[in-house]
Amino acid sequence: MSSTLATGTPTSGSTDTPAPAADAALTAPTAPSTPTAPSTTRTELESLRIVAARHPGRWVAVAAVAVVLAMIVSSLATNQRWEWSIIVQYLTWPSVLQGLWATLRLTAVAAVLGFGLGTVLALMRLSRSPHLQWVSWAYTWVFRSVPLILQLLLWYNLAYLYPTLSLGIPFGPEFTEFSTLSVINKFGAAVLGLGLSQAAYSAEIIRAGILSVDQGQHEAAAALGIPRSRQSLRIVLPQAMRTIVPTSVNEIIGLVKGTSVVYVLAYGELFYTIGVIYGRNLKVVPLLMVAAIWYLIITTVITIVQFYVERHYAKGAVRTLPPTPLQVLRWNALVVWARLTKGEAHPSLPPAYAARAAIRGGLTWSPGHLTRTSKTAADVVGQSTPRPSHREGA
Amino acid sequence: MTTGLLEVHGVHKSYGTLEVLSGVDLTVKPGEVTVILGPSGSGKSTLLRVINHLEKVDRGFVALDGDLIGYARKGDTLRELKEKDILKQRTQIGFVFQNFNLFPHLTALENVVEAPVSAQGRPRAEVEVEARALLERVGLADKADARPRQLSGGQQQRVAIARALATKPRLLLFDEPTSALDPELVGEVLDVIKGLAHEGTTLVVVTHEIGFAREVADTVVFMDAGVVVEQGPPAQVIDAPLHERTRAFLDKVL
Repeated sequence: MSSTLATGTPTSGSTDTPAPAADAALTAPTAPSTPTAPSTTRTELESLRIVAARHPGRWVAVAAVAVVLAMIVSSLATNQRWEWSIIVQYLTWPSVLQGLWATLRLTAVAAVLGFGLGTVLALMRLSRSPHLQWVSWAYTWVFRSVPLILQLLLWYNLAYLYPTLSLGIPFGPEFTEFSTLSVINKFGAAVLGLGLSQAAYSAEIIRAGILSVDQGQHEAAAALGIPRSRQSLRIVLPQAMRTIVPTSVNEIIGLVKGTSVVYVLAYGELFYTIGVIYGRNLKVVPLLMVAAIWYLIITTVITIVQFYVERHYAKGAVRTLPPTPLQVLRWNALVVWARLTKGEAHPSLPPAYAARAAIRGGLTWSPGHLTRTSKTAADVVGQSTPRPSHREGA
Repeated sequence: MTTGLLEVHGVHKSYGTLEVLSGVDLTVKPGEVTVILGPSGSGKSTLLRVINHLEKVDRGFVALDGDLIGYARKGDTLRELKEKDILKQRTQIGFVFQNFNLFPHLTALENVVEAPVSAQGRPRAEVEVEARALLERVGLADKADARPRQLSGGQQQRVAIARALATKPRLLLFDEPTSALDPELVGEVLDVIKGLAHEGTTLVVVTHEIGFAREVADTVVFMDAGVVVEQGPPAQVIDAPLHERTRAFLDKVL
C-alpha cells in the first residue's frame, strides 16, 4: 500500500484504476454528466486539486458549545462551595474505599447470581415443558411485582419468620441446623434481594435475545443433530448476545447504582458510608460529589468493557469489525499530522483516512497551501484502489 | 452404496385446519436421485421436513433403511423417541436449506466441524482434516477461515452442503437449494449437487430447476395439493406427463 501512497506523478498509480464506468463517462461525448465538455480528459481531471468542503456552521456550533463548557468549568473552579480540596481528600479516604469495595463486591455477586439464575429461567421459559415454563413465568411475575426495597427488607427480616434454617430431607430427618441470622446477614440479605430480583429482569432480557435469533439457526442446529444444550450454548446464545449485551450492561449499571438502595439495611456500601461521613462532618455536597465521581468511574469502566464485549460478539454479524476508539484517535491524529506537515500519509492508515490525509486545503489557516500543493486528484484516486474487497471470488 | 433406502408411507400433516400433506407415499432407492417438483404450497418442503422429523407427522411413517424415524419398534408397540435420540437419527440425514442457515458467528470450517464433533463425539483433529477435504470438494478450500457473511450466496450454499455431508449421512435432502441465489450463482451449486449424484449419494431435491431434474434425476416426483400426482423417470414426467395438472405446471415453468 505504501508504494501507491508514495506516487507523486499524476498518471502513475491511476492507470490501473478499476473505474471503467467513470472512464466512459469522462471520455464519451454523449455522457449526460459532461454533455458540454467532450474535451475534458481523464488526465486533465486528475491533475486538478481537491479542496475539502468547508463547514462554517459547524465552527459556530463548536464555538457556542465551547463557551457553555467554559462557563461550567469556570464555575466549578471558582465557586468555593464545591470545596474541591475536601472532595479530593475524601476521594481516597479509607472508609470511602471500603464502601466502594463493598459496592463492587455486592454488584459482582448480585450480577453473577442474577444473570446465572436469569439464564436458567430464560431457558426454562423457552423449554418445551409446560411445568418449567409455568415456574419461570411465576418467578418473574413475583419478583418483578414486589419493589426492590421491600424485598430487601423482607430478606433481612427472614429470621423473624424462620429463626433457624436446616438442611435435610423434605418432611424427613434434618442433618444440620443453623440460625438464620448467621446466613442471612446484611450482605446476604442484600445479595439475595438484588440478585433474585435481577434474575427476573435478566431472564426476560436473555429470553428476548434468544427469540431474536433467526428460527433457521435453531432448525439448522436441530437438523445437524447437535445436542440440545450445545445448540443453546454454541449456536443460539452467542448470536443472542448481540441483543443481550447492550441491555444487560444497562442492567448492570443500574445494579451498581441500585446497590445504594441497600443503605436501608445500614450495609456499609459506598452511598451509606458517604451518608455516615457527611452526617458527622456536615460536608454534604462535597461528599455527595465524592460518591458521584466514583459511580462515574465505575460506569465508565463498565462502558469500556461493554464496547469490547459487543465488538467480540459482532464477528459474524458484520463483515468487518468497527475500529476501536484508540484506532480512530490514532488515525485522526495521523491525518491531521499529514495535513499539517504536508508529508506523506502514514502507511498504516486505512484507505479512507489516507484519502483524507491527502486532501489539501482543509486547514484553511495554513497560508502556504495555495502555492505548496503537492497532492492531486490522481493521488487520491490512486490511494483508494487497493481497498480490499470483502466479497472476493463471488 | 447399499444404504439410503427411504420409504414414506401414507404421511399426513396439518397445520391447524390446513392439511399440507394428505397421504404421501414415496420410495427412494439407495444411491438414487429423486427430484420433487410442484407449485408452491403443494407440500414439497413440508415433506422434506417430515423426513428428517423437523415436523412431526400426524399419520403415517417415514423409514430410512428400515428404521422408523421418530419411533422405536419393540414387538408390536411403537415408542415415540425422545429428542436426544431423534437428534441422533438426524445425523444420518443431511439437510440443505433454501436460506443456507449457516452459523454466522462461526467460520466456514467451524460450521462444518461442529456436528461431527458435538453430535457424533468424534475427535476434533480427525474431523478437521475431513472438513478441509469437504471444503476442497465444494471448491472452497481457501475460504475455510471466512465467516458466512464474507462469502457470496453460492459460496455459502456450498459450505452448507459440506456441512451437511460432514456427519456422513445416508440420505441428503435439499430444500430449494438454489432459490435464494442470483441466477449466475445457481450453476456452481448445481454442479456440486451433480457431483454428489454421480458419486452415488442418495439425494432428494426439491427444486424448480427443470433442466437439472431432467439431467440428474433418476425419478421425478410431481406433487400438488399435498399428494404425489405422478412419478417416474424424467423422460416420462417432464417430457410426457400423464396428468393434466403436471402438464399445466410444466407449461408455466418451462
